[in-house]
Amino acid sequence: MNFGKQFKEGLLTNNPVTVQLLGMCSTLAITTSMANGIGMGLSVTVILTLANIFIALLRKVIPDEVRIACFIVVIAGFVTMVDLSLQAFFPAIAKSLGVFIPLIVVNCIILGRAEAFASKNTVLASAVDGICQGIGYTAVLLVLCFFRELLGAGTLFGVQIMPKSYVPAGILVLPVGGFLCLGALIAAMQWGLKKAEKKKKEAEKA
Amino acid sequence: MKITTLLAISLGAILTNNFIFAQFLGICPFLGVSKKSDTAIGMGLAVTFVMGIASAITYAVNLILVALGLEFMQTVAFILVIASLVQFIEMFLKKSMPSLYTALGVYLPLITTNCAVLGVALLNVQNEYNFFESVVYGVTGGLGFLLAIYLFSTVRERTEFADYPESFEGFPIALITSGLLALAFMGFSGLQVWPM
Repeated sequence: MNFGKQFKEGLLTNNPVTVQLLGMCSTLAITTSMANGIGMGLSVTVILTLANIFIALLRKVIPDEVRIACFIVVIAGFVTMVDLSLQAFFPAIAKSLGVFIPLIVVNCIILGRAEAFASKNTVLASAVDGICQGIGYTAVLLVLCFFRELLGAGTLFGVQIMPKSYVPAGILVLPVGGFLCLGALIAAMQWGLKKAEKKKKEAEKA
Repeated sequence: MKITTLLAISLGAILTNNFIFAQFLGICPFLGVSKKSDTAIGMGLAVTFVMGIASAITYAVNLILVALGLEFMQTVAFILVIASLVQFIEMFLKKSMPSLYTALGVYLPLITTNCAVLGVALLNVQNEYNFFESVVYGVTGGLGFLLAIYLFSTVRERTEFADYPESFEGFPIALITSGLLALAFMGFSGLQVWPM
């Protein structure tokens, strides 16, 4: 059980969005403001952790043939809980995330981690995996939100940051901006990871 | 029921409010199954088919839920309906239309986790569409998906041979390409059916 390694995997080397390329829809759709990013990131982290724990608990009971259906029911239950709590306690965030909260059910990150990790590992390891992968997802959301909100609207958390004379590049908060920003971010990650690997190889050689 | 309303819904779903380029629903299959244009068409058709039927059935399911006062079960009920619907369609096609089944085969199970399908069911409820509007929205939303994935796959077949920076290999270049396509689709945003 290696907490540090799992954390590094979730955040960088096996990041759910930029390396495993899961959960694209929500990543692209809701990263227009920091508040959205935090709301969505936290919701997914909570659901992912709870679902991972629950599925790891049940991993010996669930028959192999119907496991996907079982996973989806478990996930849908937790999503409904989070959806209703958001509507009750944070109605503004629930409204701006809209249909993407219930759509966490079909977010491939959660089903992907249930299938790839929680169904094969202990409860504790699965819980840690859920938290780490959730943090990795949230980090990507926040990076995208930061650039899209700052450059696209000149604000952060709705507060004006850029000087008045700055003309916001409105295209970044439009769908187009989502595609372009995520493309650039993944390219940057690939560049960074490749460079790190090269360095490691050279160090091994020397 | 006015034909103009239906026309407005269709035009919105196919062009101005395209599921992929404006609403970000169904991005995973859009990026995953678009390397070749014939597989892209297969996926698009399968999605259109399922979205149409899912809209009709979830409309009925929602009526039952509302009657029982169980609206909070919507997400759970819809995903179960969609999952079993996809399974059922798969079995039905295998028996009665084997040619269509082999054409769509691999893509059918993937559709369960396509957020465009669950998305259309939830949006139908949110927009308070009646039965016909829901079905029209489902089918035309699927057609919009088909159009997007087909256009994208034809571009992607060409970018294979293009010369771009090494770091952009794979997904990044695909995302940039779809960004540019989304930009092109924004050109439709002024379009309106008259009179609304």
